[in-house]
Amino acid sequence: MEKQSNDQAGVSQLLSDAKSAAVGRRLFMRYLGTTAAAGVALSACTNQLDEAVPTGAARAGYRTVDLGDLGSNDVGILNYAYALEQLEAAFYTQAVMTPFSGMTEMEKTILTDIRDHEIVHRELFKAALSSAAIPGLTPDFTSINFSSRASVLGAAALFEKIGVSAYNGAGQFIKNVDYLLLAGKIVSVEARHAAIINTLLYPDGANFAGDDVVFPSSGLEEIRVPGEVLTLVAPYVYETINAMPVRRVA
Amino acid sequence: MNLQNILNEIEQVDADMYERLDHVSRRHVFSNFLKKAMAGAAPVAFAAILNKSYAQNSSVADVLNFALLLEYLEAEFYNKGLAASGLIPSGAGRTIYTQIAKHENAHVALLQSALGGAAIAKPAFDLTYKGAFADVLTNYQTYLAVSQALEDTGVRAYKGQAGALISAPAVLTVALQIHSVEARHAARVRMLRGQKGYIVNADSGGVPAAVYAGEDNVTQGGVNLVSATGYSMARVTEAFDEPLTKAQVLAIATPFLA
Repeated sequence: MEKQSNDQAGVSQLLSDAKSAAVGRRLFMRYLGTTAAAGVALSACTNQLDEAVPTGAARAGYRTVDLGDLGSNDVGILNYAYALEQLEAAFYTQAVMTPFSGMTEMEKTILTDIRDHEIVHRELFKAALSSAAIPGLTPDFTSINFSSRASVLGAAALFEKIGVSAYNGAGQFIKNVDYLLLAGKIVSVEARHAAIINTLLYPDGANFAGDDVVFPSSGLEEIRVPGEVLTLVAPYVYETINAMPVRRVA
Repeated sequence: MNLQNILNEIEQVDADMYERLDHVSRRHVFSNFLKKAMAGAAPVAFAAILNKSYAQNSSVADVLNFALLLEYLEAEFYNKGLAASGLIPSGAGRTIYTQIAKHENAHVALLQSALGGAAIAKPAFDLTYKGAFADVLTNYQTYLAVSQALEDTGVRAYKGQAGALISAPAVLTVALQIHSVEARHAARVRMLRGQKGYIVNADSGGVPAAVYAGEDNVTQGGVNLVSATGYSMARVTEAFDEPLTKAQVLAIATPFLA
């Protein structure tokens, strides 16, 4: 997998800490090594996957990022999660840096908390993937008006809802139980974020777990497979993200 | 982690599954399942998948019955709460608890339908927790606290069972779809109480400390994230919910059994 130092938009500043990261990387590579081995061993019983699908319009000057085969080993899935966490971390970083007009103290506290959670998630995946990590993505938030409360909280609600459905839909493809648990530890926090953001938007409503995201007949939250998620996030990333997603039959 | 064991287990379960499914691939089963789930027929589809592929797998049925026990408890708690006159105020509180009750009742129906004859019967419950929450159905603050305890326990309980379902992807997915709903409930109830929507350290916020045991973990995937990011312990613990084992959950839940 290629790596390059990417021209980052200022919003996604990386935490630069080298000292303990080296130890972390070694530990992670041990996990990753066993995962890669599992992927190879299991390839015999993996079903055929769909062809690679470009998920965004190519934009001049921006490269294509290839997540690889999401169904065969966990490296692709981890990079998929890393891509989503990069996007969320960058969004909340910008939202806190340029507060919308009339932001209350409570709103500022919540957005700052969530920003930090997403950065922790991003840094975990970055360390976990080490040299197998995709490059830093360049977020495109030109469609979001950061001075407008409705625009910012609306985008936050959208990102959180996509994030939860993405983790829920990807769990089935994870091979390593340790990674499955890790994804589980993160997805419930994303679901909490989704409920909190919707509570800011609709304080007295049922939107914290509304009928638009939780099927009323079953009490199950919606899920999305990677192809759907990458299509939804494509407008917010300059790079084109490719994957070989296991897709739902229409 | 014992890699060989994991591989052996996956191979074994997958082989069994393919045999039972008469050469239908895992992907196709799952695709069909999703199609039906999206069409709103989730309980029926879930039952069909379970009966087809996992009816003989007692460990999966055990997980589902364990989940059903917790959902019975939650449904009872919310149905009784909504029925208790003067307990849940009109407005936001009533809207929120009506929505939560709807989900918990749906979870009960879904799991019952999936388990069929193997489903455990609904036990008799003691919502006062052997007297520890004596005024739970008359004092709204007590009710809110117990609600928070139930939801956060539910999140941690489902999380703890995910690994046991790794070889049963359709069932795992349904468990995840319930798990995130419980987390949404937990966040909203915590906010109603003036707590943060996520769990900070292992702070119990006035509910039994066992509910939050181990939530102060800051090491994920072998890396201490306080050292790696420079963030506070509180911040790092907020970013992850930790699992509870079945034994831990049963210890928390048992006083609710009459």
